Formats: sequence, C-alpha cells, structure tokens
Amino acid sequence: MSEDTMSQEETIKSLMARVEALEENAPNDSLCLGVMDGDYDKTMAAFIIALGAAAYDMEVDMFFTFWGLSALRDPKKKPKKDFLGKMFGAMLPKQASKLPLSKMQMMGMGPPMIQAVMKMHKAKSLDELMKDAGEFGIRIHVCTMAMDVMGMKKEEMIDYPHIDYVGVGAFVGMFQEAKQCWFM
Amino acid sequence: MSEELKALEVAVEVDARGTACPGPLLDAKRAIGDCPVGGVMCVMSSDEGTIIDIQRWSKKMKHEYVGDYEDDGYWRVYMKKNG
Repeated sequence: MSEDTMSQEETIKSLMARVEALEENAPNDSLCLGVMDGDYDKTMAAFIIALGAAAYDMEVDMFFTFWGLSALRDPKKKPKKDFLGKMFGAMLPKQASKLPLSKMQMMGMGPPMIQAVMKMHKAKSLDELMKDAGEFGIRIHVCTMAMDVMGMKKEEMIDYPHIDYVGVGAFVGMFQEAKQCWFM
Repeated sequence: MSEELKALEVAVEVDARGTACPGPLLDAKRAIGDCPVGGVMCVMSSDEGTIIDIQRWSKKMKHEYVGDYEDDGYWRVYMKKNG
C-alpha cells in the first residue's frame, strides 16, 4: 500500500491539507430559515426558533419570499406603484399583525381571538418578536424576485436594523455555510 | 434542595414572569452579561418550560446549572456563570 511507503513527513503534509479542506467547508454555528408562508402562526414559529437560536449565540439568517413578505410591510409607508402592484398591495395583508392563521381563520374572526388568548397567556406578539429579533442581530433577507412579482417596494418595508435584499444565490450561500436550514 | 437554593447569594435576579416562551430565555441571555464570573443568576419564570431551557442553555454556554424550585405559582431557576 502507498501509505506504507510514504514517509512520515508526507503523511503529515497530506493530513494537513485534508484538515484545511475540512475546516474550509465546516459549517458555521448558524441557522438559516426560509419563510415563505405568510401565516401569522408559522411566521411566529419562525421568529421564536430564530430567537431561541440567537440565545445560543448562533447567527441567524431569515430569508423571506412570496407570501412571507407581507410580514415585513409597514402600513404607514405608501410608495408609488403600478396597477398590478397596487392590486397585490390591496389584497395582501398590510402588516405582520394582520396576517391570517393557517388554521381556525374562521372568516377573519380567528386572528383577533388567538391574539387575545396569546396576550392572556403573556405570549409575545409577532410584532414584539420581530423587535426582539432586531435586538439580537437576526438578519432578514428579502427575496427581490418575489418583491418584483408582487410589486412590492423597498420603501414600504418595516424599519428593521438588519435587512437586505437578495436573490436565491445569497440564500444558497447562506445555507451552504449554515449548520441547519429549514424552509417553513 | 430549595432550602439550599434559597441560601445562595444571587448576583443577578431576572424577573421573566411577564412573558411566555421565548421571553425568559431571551431575558436570561440579556442579563448574563451583567452577571460576574462565578456569580449565580436566578431566573424567575411562570413558564415551566424555562427549567429545561435553562438547563440545556447553561450546558451549551459552558455555564453551570444549579437547580430550581417552584415558588408561589412560578419557578426559580438557578445557574452559575462560568467564564
């Protein structure tokens, strides 16, 4: 076998090269979340998990696309839009607290009921969780393609300290380096 | 157990009884910076899940879980800060 004939020095050299290659490809202590759904409950779950990971000093990247974008809209901001953009804007929820539920929507009665029950149990609202997320350095990446399709503008997004606008390439880069990636 | 815990000198007390998960864990994370190395931090939570949360979190963050007991309708969770 070749290993038998290899000198000690050569063995160490080849091991070093392998360790270096492994180190280069080792995942960061980071979590990557894809948020597509646009339901209040699922978006909330994404932020709770993100915050839990942040408490463990993990870096967290959240990628928002399609229906997920509604959670990032600020109703006070009203940028100029074309006809289709206005239509989408009018039909989609205007802010995080107005997202529908994935279950028990009950023609619009579900969300205020659930939010009241949550308040009773001292659970944080989605708005509060998003504020915590900003404080803990959780990064939000917004899919520009979904923004284009739905006619959404940067100018109508919430004031969030760690927000940027990216494509799928950035998302793939993130989850390649991350320890975990979930798409919710 | 609770008598020993009550006798401990607590460096930082975190009252997280006003929030549900993930509030207490986040409050603990916020407060740990104020706790001196070797000091004991006590997290008060009305969410029983906080006990296991702090146990696992302490282990991962290389701190030391000390113990917990139920007080009047809430839990007191003790941990010691290492390094």
